[in-house]
Amino acid sequence: MSHAQLSPAIYGLLAEFDTPTDLVDAAKAAHAAGYRKFDAYSPFPIEEASEAVGFHKSRVPLIVLVGGILGGASGYGLQYWINCISYPLNIGGKPYQSWPAFIVPTFELTILFAGLCGVFGMFALNGLPMPHHPLFNVDRFSLVTRDKFFLCVEAADPKFDMDGTQRFMESLRPTSISEVPH
Amino acid sequence: MQQGPEEKTILQDVPWPDEPPVMAPGQSFGSVTDTIADAVLQRPIGLGWLLGLFIGMTLIGLLMMAVTYLFLVGVGIWGIEIPVAWGFAIINFVWWIGIGHAGTLISAILLLLKQTWRNSINRFAEAMTLFAVACAGMFPLLHMGRPWLAYWMFPYPSSMGVWPQFRSPLVWDVFAVSTYATISAVFWYVGLVPDLATMREKATHPAGKKLYGLLAMGWRGSARHWKNYEALYILLAGIATPLVLSVHTVVSFDFAVAIMPGWHTTIFPPYFVAGAIYSGFAMVLVLAIPIRHFYHLEGMITMRHLQNSAKIMLATGLIVAYGYAFEAFIAFYSGSTYERFMMQNRWFGQYSMFYWMLILFNILIPQVLWFPKIRANVRWLFSISLVILVGMWLERFVIIVTSLSRDYLPSSWGHYTPTRWDYAVLAGTIGFFATAMFIFIRIMPSISIFEMRALLPEAEVKAK
Repeated sequence: MSHAQLSPAIYGLLAEFDTPTDLVDAAKAAHAAGYRKFDAYSPFPIEEASEAVGFHKSRVPLIVLVGGILGGASGYGLQYWINCISYPLNIGGKPYQSWPAFIVPTFELTILFAGLCGVFGMFALNGLPMPHHPLFNVDRFSLVTRDKFFLCVEAADPKFDMDGTQRFMESLRPTSISEVPH
Repeated sequence: MQQGPEEKTILQDVPWPDEPPVMAPGQSFGSVTDTIADAVLQRPIGLGWLLGLFIGMTLIGLLMMAVTYLFLVGVGIWGIEIPVAWGFAIINFVWWIGIGHAGTLISAILLLLKQTWRNSINRFAEAMTLFAVACAGMFPLLHMGRPWLAYWMFPYPSSMGVWPQFRSPLVWDVFAVSTYATISAVFWYVGLVPDLATMREKATHPAGKKLYGLLAMGWRGSARHWKNYEALYILLAGIATPLVLSVHTVVSFDFAVAIMPGWHTTIFPPYFVAGAIYSGFAMVLVLAIPIRHFYHLEGMITMRHLQNSAKIMLATGLIVAYGYAFEAFIAFYSGSTYERFMMQNRWFGQYSMFYWMLILFNILIPQVLWFPKIRANVRWLFSISLVILVGMWLERFVIIVTSLSRDYLPSSWGHYTPTRWDYAVLAGTIGFFATAMFIFIRIMPSISIFEMRALLPEAEVKAK
């Protein structure tokens, strides 16, 4: 990377592991050593890994809840406004506000809004789409989508220093350590 | 299939003792990845695949022809006529949308029930849902007479100042089916994202790399991302579950809210939902059996999947049988002359042959699934699934045509004979479905790779 050669600053140090257990142990050790800006990378979801990096609570459920409430309210509101205010229509002498009949579209819009808010919310919280990321500069990192596990301590961490962090990561017994250029 | 307290994530499997495994032994993270991804990236295009695609596309050509003629002339080219104004269009709509339901059942309901064996069949079952819903969606549009005005069904501020009539089940259908299509599509896509990242790294062709990379959105497997991802995935499953039940319930309301004899009954929603899942699992087997054979995926779509699907078909088939039995019972118990006549007409009237074929195909023949030997034989499973698919189509034919052709007033009775254009559109949608499936298995991993990795024993984090 030409850019990386110009500036000595790096994104962080990346350690590679063979098993999920090693990754989780390494993440726990990094957290215990006081590192906070680090992340674990794996080819499938590992409950313990997100706990170990100190990410305990996802905000996705809240977004889904808010989306669902909004969807339900706008679904019912839409039908109320149409059938009672904008264009009152007498159907078989039933009241304009026939709430049992309005339940189905209300329910469907609840689901629709909840689902779409959840999907967009999940991608937004994850900062995706982000097709380019410094980690992709490390060739070995492509194996994170296959069978390898990675731990990256970022240079932005206040505790990060090149030699100390390198020594710390070696103590985790990874299969390899590489610098992640910007 | 139950899981103990030691189970870690929603994707891990703890099998029952003497059950066939969900995955053949000897697999690793790498081998799982390669087997599934190479079926798309490495495998050359075969003659069989080309032939299948050719047949599918020929039928699409037929569909285009039928639809063009329909647009030029109108729905009069079909066999529909007052009093049977629904005909093939609605039969096929209900049939297709029912088929789609098994995909959601597998991906959502079985996920919530921690049936991890679903991990290897949910991807193509979801694709099946999407394509089946697309086929289903065509029929109400084509049936409309003036399909270019289809947007009138949506509530939008029109210059005419009129709005949809929200007390009508047909309007509910618009909301239910379009929500179902949208949620199924995002559920499928979200499930694909981590695998698209795998495809991005494994693809060798620069265009393929770009395309998969674009769709993968830069997924990099961060623990934080996975946490949000799993939270969303389980919630989507949670909301898709009532959604799928609601969709076929609303479809059954199209009938049940009307006052036709044979339609106006409260048993319709559960019996329609069970029938939908019944035909959907039959379609899953019709797709899974050739896919695992031709793509050598027997190690991942194992006999356990096929047997479990057969058991679900047996169970839902019995619910459907109960529905038929109760329909008949209520027709006589109600004391209504019209209901009683409707039932006698189904049994002995001009369409009685279809009713008895339906009983044979949907109720009697599938009972052989009680035998473990039959459940262990893929040829039997494949044939029975085809029989069920035909049977479920006949069910909708019987419900729609017998009731409409013989309603309250003998002076308005009629007869329904489908024309060649009816058959052309039905065959055309089957071609569309087949083509879409053929293209899908060539360009996307047809089994969820990351969920298969999570099923491996080495995916478990060992406590120190």
